[in-house]
Amino acid sequence: MDNLKIQVKNIDFYYDNLKALENVSLDVEPNKVTALIGPSGCGKSTFLRTLNRMNDIIDGTRIEGTILYDSRDVYKEYDVIELRKKIGMVFQKPNPFPISVYDNVAYGPRIHGIKNKRRLDEIVENNLHNAALWDEVKDRLHKPALGLSGGQQQRLCIARVLAVEPDVVLMDEPSSALDPISTSKIEDLIDELKSNYTIIIVTHNMQQASRISDITAFFLHGRIEETGLTTQIFFNPESPKTEAYITGKFG
Amino acid sequence: MTQRKHYVTSLQDLNHNILKMGTLVEEAIRKSVKSLTEQNIGLSEKVIKEDEIINQMELDIQNQCTTLIAAEQPVAGDLRNIITVLKIITQLERMGDHAVHIAKAAIRLEKETFMKPIIDIPRMAEIGIEMLREILTAFITGDSEKAIRYAALDDEIDNLHDQITREILTYMMEDPKFIKQSITFLFISRFLERFGDHATNISEWIVYNVTGKHVELNN
Repeated sequence: MDNLKIQVKNIDFYYDNLKALENVSLDVEPNKVTALIGPSGCGKSTFLRTLNRMNDIIDGTRIEGTILYDSRDVYKEYDVIELRKKIGMVFQKPNPFPISVYDNVAYGPRIHGIKNKRRLDEIVENNLHNAALWDEVKDRLHKPALGLSGGQQQRLCIARVLAVEPDVVLMDEPSSALDPISTSKIEDLIDELKSNYTIIIVTHNMQQASRISDITAFFLHGRIEETGLTTQIFFNPESPKTEAYITGKFG
Repeated sequence: MTQRKHYVTSLQDLNHNILKMGTLVEEAIRKSVKSLTEQNIGLSEKVIKEDEIINQMELDIQNQCTTLIAAEQPVAGDLRNIITVLKIITQLERMGDHAVHIAKAAIRLEKETFMKPIIDIPRMAEIGIEMLREILTAFITGDSEKAIRYAALDDEIDNLHDQITREILTYMMEDPKFIKQSITFLFISRFLERFGDHATNISEWIVYNVTGKHVELNN
């Protein structure tokens, strides 16, 4: 199908001899939020990292199968820098650079050659707005980013990702280290972002998955046990294993 | 290994309480009809009094459900189970009310000499009780086929109701002195007919609980 943003076809993934993913296939639709859920060690973060080749930097890893992004092979037809510019990532722990708020957001655009001060100002302001952080930091743009609260730092990291104009945003438990108010801000943000971006999020929070995602994929032992509309998965899943996991009876 | 032990136990408790409430409703309808046929006003009053227990159970189970939803955020089958319980208790409470209506009618008829032996009304009650008992068993065992099968018994209740209506009409036409008693009996028959409808509604919710789909069994 042409309108798919990402198509994962039968991938196997190994850490040395350990098979972490087995025959995983997933279609990711544009401008949707896809949630990846499953117990610890089931392969969902590994899977997320295959999409922008973050696993490349880990020695001894190997992937078989095909991942297409905009119909081009991620591992054969993309330069990894280009790929990661288009497919940005937000991690579990907020990891702003130890520089100012402004410089964090301007970091990517500067690397990509934007030097004009006015243009950079504009990018920083727009993306802080987009990350729902502007009002909270507009008076401290040149203060250290590490002085922000955890929730603000995470939104700053999102602004930093958005500043390089990605197409897809991968999020690996972006709010698991945050308090409920910061979490709800991130969730509201995800809801707003999906009109412009395709979002894939790993979460251990079942309620979060059910609140924010359109599609849910349930991973178990390195395989996808079930994929479907989130409403369907959380109301009436087909697999008894999915049911047992989402109702908290195992996992 | 089962996790969330407290949660699992609370869900089982809920189902257990449904069975308990169902048994009280069965008893209420049985006693109300018995109080009618035996013209036993003491028993009628007992049914009216004991309905308070059924009403209280509805509130208690409702609170149990609310607490579970707030504390455990149930999803999927667990959520459907809780929704089903909430729907079933409403039906059971109404069924208890019908027993009360019949008990009150029995009090009104206490001094009357019945125009004919009462045979079909106890028969309707028996079918209704059988429906309720088997349908609630189907709820506990998650057997939607059984729930559908026993919902079909409602046709028998409806047929008896039609038959009683026709019969009573004949009595009223024959002799106006039967009119007052006849109207009361018509109502009693109607209450039992509604009792069967409520049992059928419970079956529909059991199908929803098991399959996630809504069906119409009352046709």
